[in-house]
Amino acid sequence: MTPVLQTVRLTHRYSEGTPFERVALDSVDFSAQRGEFIAVIGHTGSGKSTFIQHLNGLLKPSSGTVLFDGKDIHSSKEFTRQVRFRVGLLFQYPEYQLFEETVYRDIAFGPKNMKLKDDEVDERVREAAGFVGLGEEILEKSPFDLSGGQKRRVAIAGVIAMRPEVLILDEPTAGLDPGGREELMENILRYHDGGKRTVIYITHSMEDAARTAQRIVVFNHGHIAMDGTPGEVFRRGFELIQMGIIVPQITRVMMRLRELGLDVDDGVYSVEQAMAALRETKGGGDHA
Amino acid sequence: MLKDITLGQYYPGDTLVHRLDPRTKLILTLIYIAALFTAIVYAGYALVVLFLAVSILISRIRLRNILSGLKPLIVIVLITGILNLFYTKGEHLLVHFWRISIYWEGVETAVFMALRIMLLIAGTLLLTYTTSPLQLTDGLESLLNPLKKIHVPVHELAMMMSIALRFIPTLIEETDKIMSAQRARGADFETGGLIAKAKAMLPLLIPLFVSAFRRADELATAMESRCYHGGEGRTRMKQLSMALRDWIALAAGVLLLALVILFRRLGI
Ligand SMILES: Nc1ncnc2c1ncn2[C@@H]1O[C@H](COP(=O)(O)OP(=O)(O)O)[C@@H](O)[C@H]1O
Ligand SMILES: [Mg+2]
Repeated sequence: MTPVLQTVRLTHRYSEGTPFERVALDSVDFSAQRGEFIAVIGHTGSGKSTFIQHLNGLLKPSSGTVLFDGKDIHSSKEFTRQVRFRVGLLFQYPEYQLFEETVYRDIAFGPKNMKLKDDEVDERVREAAGFVGLGEEILEKSPFDLSGGQKRRVAIAGVIAMRPEVLILDEPTAGLDPGGREELMENILRYHDGGKRTVIYITHSMEDAARTAQRIVVFNHGHIAMDGTPGEVFRRGFELIQMGIIVPQITRVMMRLRELGLDVDDGVYSVEQAMAALRETKGGGDHA
Repeated sequence: MLKDITLGQYYPGDTLVHRLDPRTKLILTLIYIAALFTAIVYAGYALVVLFLAVSILISRIRLRNILSGLKPLIVIVLITGILNLFYTKGEHLLVHFWRISIYWEGVETAVFMALRIMLLIAGTLLLTYTTSPLQLTDGLESLLNPLKKIHVPVHELAMMMSIALRFIPTLIEETDKIMSAQRARGADFETGGLIAKAKAMLPLLIPLFVSAFRRADELATAMESRCYHGGEGRTRMKQLSMALRDWIALAAGVLLLALVILFRRLGI
């Protein structure tokens, strides 16, 4: 199957040709199939944000290519523009991009740029607002009068209203309270719709990544250091820690138990799994 | 991208030029400009060029960076040159056609004027390339200190200047970010006529202003909660001090100016 998004030896240098030149991505090969739910993790400055900005053509590779449905994103201006709408990208702290007089008009910005008819725009705005739990009464308010959490939801609705096939989010839960985080993760899962759409998101919360994602991609110094299921990734806990990534506490407990000589599976990342793993070890011990 | 605009950009380094006291560099720049405007012909210009070239060599700033800083001014330089070329009357006629006559004197003036503008900019570029904005404002504040006697709020002005300078990169970064975010929603900043383009700027300018005001507010609060109350009795973490190298550099500057004045008297 053709991957929906693919990068081939993607390299990006910032401030090319100046004394401040800096390689942010170094020959990254990556592909995502339709319907995947992928979490991207890595320490600050490892190139995550730079990477995802290539996936909808906002940044141009210094070398290498980015393919959408097997076609080079930059093959024509028209195609790049199309990809912008089909790959929705939500930036970090997106509430700072709001600008319209009313919430309604801000959410409508994307769909209007798609040159949709007015009634289509209206339908999408209301649907997207409802999706993130914004009531009708908020639509006519100024986005600047809302609380931080509400602003974030408006920004997300603004991207969802374009109905992108691939939704990419840069640390969407950063700076939200635990309740807001939970709700937002639920929204994202609902948008994924059991695999009808593709979701890629950057997160600092290992717990979130472990809980929701089917696949975790780990960035380190502009490379992809690991790429696999949560189990596969967390089994390499020591490497993760060396890369400056904080692994879930329960994973650390299991790593320590293993260090102490107990033969447990340390690729776990939830208390339930840990209990199952421990029971199994104990059971195994009884038989021996 | 936007970031690559050189806007009084500082290239960190550890050369003699970098280590000079900012006051020395400010005064030297003034002397250099004075010499530049005193020089009329060959010998004077040669000396000024020599002074600049030696400074650039010592600073290890690449010539390419100076040239790229000069690039935005190429139009002004050309216009000045062309105007001088056509409007200077003289004795040695070179070309004459229709109603235009070009004299040797015109060519000379055109070349010297163009050279003068470029040397002027190159000199100030060297100052900003080798002195961090913070050092520059510290130097300015110190040099303008005597004006406090006549109630010029020197410290406040310098503080405003350093805050403004400090936030230029931040605002540029922010502009970049907001532009990208709106592009991701299909905003188009490039195509269309003048009105379409101006309208397209709104989604960029509004969030930018909102965030600038928010930052200003936050900064004011942060400064107040640390008991900032202006320059009265305030001490500095980095004390400016003149070293031997500063006096030598100043002496070189004075010598330059003296020689250029002498050459002007001699008409060479
Ligand atoms: N606009 C930019 N200009 C110059 N360098 C940048 C820019 N954005 C990011 N970088 C640099 O590129 C590297 C990768 O940054 P980024 O992709 O933001 O990492 P992450 O999102 O993983 O924290 C960092 O070293 C960062 O300093
Ligand atoms: Mg980032």
